[in-house]
Amino acid sequence: MSAPATGLRQGRWVAFQGMLRDRPSLVLVGVLLLLVLAIGVIRPGTIGPSWVANTILFAAPLGIVAAGQTLVMLTAGIDLSVAATMTAAAYVAASQSYFGSARAVLLALAVGLVVGLVNGLGVAVFRVQPLIMTLGTGLVISGGLLVYSLNVSHQGPPAVPDIVRYVGAGKLLGIVPVSAFLWAAIATIVIVGLRQTGYGRLIFAVGDNPIACRLAGVRAWLVLLVTYVICGFLSGVAGLVLVGAINAADLSLGDVYLLPSVAAVVIGGTSIYGGNGGYAGSLLGALILTVLSSVFTLLDAPDPLKQILYGAIVVLLAALYVRTTGDDG
Amino acid sequence: MTDDAILLETRGLKKNYGAVVALRSGDISVRAGEIHALMGANGAGKSTLVKVLTGDVTPNAGTIRLEGREVRFNSPANARKAGLASVYQDVSLVPLLTVAQNLRLTGTTMAAIRPWLEELELGDVDLAEYARDLPTPTLHLLDLAQALASLPRLLILDEVTATLPADLSERVFRVARRWRDEGRSVVLISHRMTEVKALCDRATVLRDGSTVGVVDLASSGQEEIVSLMLGPAAASVVVSEGAVADTAPAPKVDPSPAVEVRGLRSGLLQDVSFTLRRGEVLGIVALEAQGQADLFECLSGNRRPDAGEILVQGKTRRFRHPHEAIGAGLVLVPADRALALLRQRSVLENIALPMVNQLKRWGLINTRAERKRVKAATDRLEIDTRAGSRVMRLSGGNQQKVTIARWLATGFVTLLCFDPTRGIDIRTKEQIYRVLRELAASGSAVLLFTSELPEIQLACDRALVMFGGRVVAELTAHDATEAALLRAAHGLERGGTGPAEAAS
Repeated sequence: MSAPATGLRQGRWVAFQGMLRDRPSLVLVGVLLLLVLAIGVIRPGTIGPSWVANTILFAAPLGIVAAGQTLVMLTAGIDLSVAATMTAAAYVAASQSYFGSARAVLLALAVGLVVGLVNGLGVAVFRVQPLIMTLGTGLVISGGLLVYSLNVSHQGPPAVPDIVRYVGAGKLLGIVPVSAFLWAAIATIVIVGLRQTGYGRLIFAVGDNPIACRLAGVRAWLVLLVTYVICGFLSGVAGLVLVGAINAADLSLGDVYLLPSVAAVVIGGTSIYGGNGGYAGSLLGALILTVLSSVFTLLDAPDPLKQILYGAIVVLLAALYVRTTGDDG
Repeated sequence: MTDDAILLETRGLKKNYGAVVALRSGDISVRAGEIHALMGANGAGKSTLVKVLTGDVTPNAGTIRLEGREVRFNSPANARKAGLASVYQDVSLVPLLTVAQNLRLTGTTMAAIRPWLEELELGDVDLAEYARDLPTPTLHLLDLAQALASLPRLLILDEVTATLPADLSERVFRVARRWRDEGRSVVLISHRMTEVKALCDRATVLRDGSTVGVVDLASSGQEEIVSLMLGPAAASVVVSEGAVADTAPAPKVDPSPAVEVRGLRSGLLQDVSFTLRRGEVLGIVALEAQGQADLFECLSGNRRPDAGEILVQGKTRRFRHPHEAIGAGLVLVPADRALALLRQRSVLENIALPMVNQLKRWGLINTRAERKRVKAATDRLEIDTRAGSRVMRLSGGNQQKVTIARWLATGFVTLLCFDPTRGIDIRTKEQIYRVLRELAASGSAVLLFTSELPEIQLACDRALVMFGGRVVAELTAHDATEAALLRAAHGLERGGTGPAEAAS
C-alpha cells in the first residue's frame, strides 16, 4: 500500500509526520535500536550474535501470543485469557508427555482451540463483552487446571516433551533459535493474511464499524468467532514454546505474559478501539519489551523500581504513538 | 437590512490542520438585523469558519471584530458570553440525561427557555423525559430553544434544517425572521437554495476556503450563487433545477418487476404494497417517521417484517441478515454515512468490503482485479481519492459517493437509497442523480427516499407518497410537483381531514 495522502510538498517536516503516521513501524525500530544502544553503553561487549539469538528466544513466546492478541484487538476486543491458556497448554503438554510427544502436543493445542472457541462463542454469538468473557474463561481455566493437576500426578512424572524442548530452546548450528523460525512463519502468515486475504480485511472492518459491516452483508459474528479461535490456538502455541524454553511446567508459568501481550500490541500501534494497526508493530513491541527488561536486568535495578519504570515507559510509548499518529480528521 | 451597522466582521481568517488548509481567507460581514447565508460546496470551509466564530477552534491568522472591537474567543463559552450562539446539524443534548438535566448542564434557566419552547411549539414536551426517548426533530428544536434562551446577538444555524421535515423547518425560519425583525442577526448555513432565497438578505459564498463573493439575494438569481460556489472551471456543469429528468433517457420498457412488496408491516409501517420495476427510479416521499425507514430496513434484510411479503424477481424471500438481501440483489445506501463507512480504512477497502465478503473467498485477494473494479467505480462517480488512505479525511460528498461506489463495484439488481443527498453540495447531488438515471437505464431498479422534494422530478420516474405507514399517493414524475407531494405527504389527498401537523 502506498501513502497517497501525504504528498502535499509542504516541507520535509510534514512529510516526516506523514511517514510517522503511515509507517509507525519506523518509530518503533528507532526505539528498539536506542534500547540496544543503551545496553551496549551500559555493558560494552554484550551485544553480539549470541545476545541477539537469546533475545529472540526470550521474545518468541511473547511475540507469538501477541499475534493472537493483535487480531483480537483489531476487532475492538481483548483476550485476557491468553496467559491462562499458555499455562494450561504448557502444563497439559508436560503432564501428558508420558503418553508420547504427539499426543501431548496435540492435546496442548486442543486446549488452546477449545478456549478460543468458548471465547468466540461467548463474544460473537452471545454478545458478551470481550473483557468480561475472556476474564471469566481465564479464571475457569486456572481453576480447572488446578483440579487437573491434582488428578494427573499418578500418570507419570511431568516432563517437557523433547520436540517441545527442541522448538522452544533448540538452536540450529548452535546459534539460530528454532523458535525464531516458528515465530517468523507465524508472523508472515499473520501479516500477509491481514493485508491480502478477505478474512484479514474483514478483521479490520469489523473492528472499525460493525454496523457498516452488517449492512454490507458481512456476518461479523463469524469473523469474530474465527478470530478468537485463532487467538486461543496461538496462545497454546506460545505456551508450548515457553515451556520448551524453560523446560519446567508449573501452574503460573504464563501469568507474567498477560499484560505484556496487551502492551506489545498497544506499543505496536494497534488501536484498542479496533480497526487500525497490524502485527508488524506488535512484533516490534514484543522485542522492545524484551530488550527493555534486559536493560533493567543489566542495571540491576530493584524490583519495585523496575516495575515503575516498565509501566512508565509503556505509557510513554503509547502516548508518543498517539501523538504522532493520532488524527481524527 | 434597515440598519447598516455591522455587527460582526472577520478579515482573513485562516485555519489549517497539518498540511490541509481548511480555511484560507474567511471574510464575512454580518449587519445587525439581517439573515445572512453562508454558502459553499462541501469542503469549502463553511464549518471551519463557523467553528472559528464560535470559539471551537482557534484560527492561525485573521481577525474577528464584534461591533468594531477586536475579539478573540478561546472557548465556545467565551463566544456565547459575547452573544454568539450556534446550533448544529448534530444534536448536542446528552442522550442519557433528561431534558431538564440537559438544560441545567448548559446553565439555561427555565424562565429563560420557556418562551422559546412556546415559540417553537414545544410547550407539550415533558422536561422529565430522557433526551434519547424524544424524536430527533424535537431534539433539534430543543437545541435551538436552548441557544435562543441566551438571547444571542448573532445566532448561527449550521445546517439545522437538513434533517428536519418541512413543517418543522418552517418553525425555525419563523424564529429567524423574528430575530431579524428585532434587530439581531442570523447566519444560516444551508444547501437548500430555495430556503436561502426565501429567507436570507445577503449571502457570503466560500470556495476552497476563501470568500469569493457577497451576493444580495433580493437582486440576484441562484445561478450567480451556484457559479460562485462552483468556480469558473465548473460553471458549465450547472444544471438548473428540473433539467435532469428531461434529458435522461426514457425508461426502457422492461416491465419485469425487481421487487414486489405486499402488505408489509413493521414498526411504523402499517400496510404497504408496491412494485418496483427494473429500469425505473421509484421515489419515496414522506414526512419524518411515516414508516419509510422501516420499509428500507425490511427490504435491505436488516430487519424481519411482522407481516407481509417481499418478492424478489417473483420469489418470496425472507431475509434474516443483510447478507441474504445482498445475495438476492438488494443493496442499501443508508441515510447516515457513519453507518456505512469504515472511517479508519482506505477508500479501496471501503469500496471492496462487500466484495471480499461476497466472494466467499477468505483466501488471497486478487488485488489487481480488485483495484480495477474499484477504480472503475471511483472514476464513474468522480471520487477524489487523493486523501483516500483514510475515508474520514474525505469531504462529506466524497464519503457519500464511496457508499454508492461500493455497490457499483460489487454489483446489484436493486439499489435502495435512503436520502443519499442529504447535506451534500449541489454538484455532487447532480452527479448522484445522473448515476441513478444511468443505472435505471441499464436495467437496474432504484428505490430512492428523499427529504428534498425537488429531487423527485430531477431523478425519478414515479413517486410514492407515504403517510402514517401507508402509501397514500402515487404520482408520475411529471405530476410530482413540490406542492402535490407536500399535500399528499401531509395526508391531505384522502379527504383532507388528515392531521396535517402530525409530523413529529
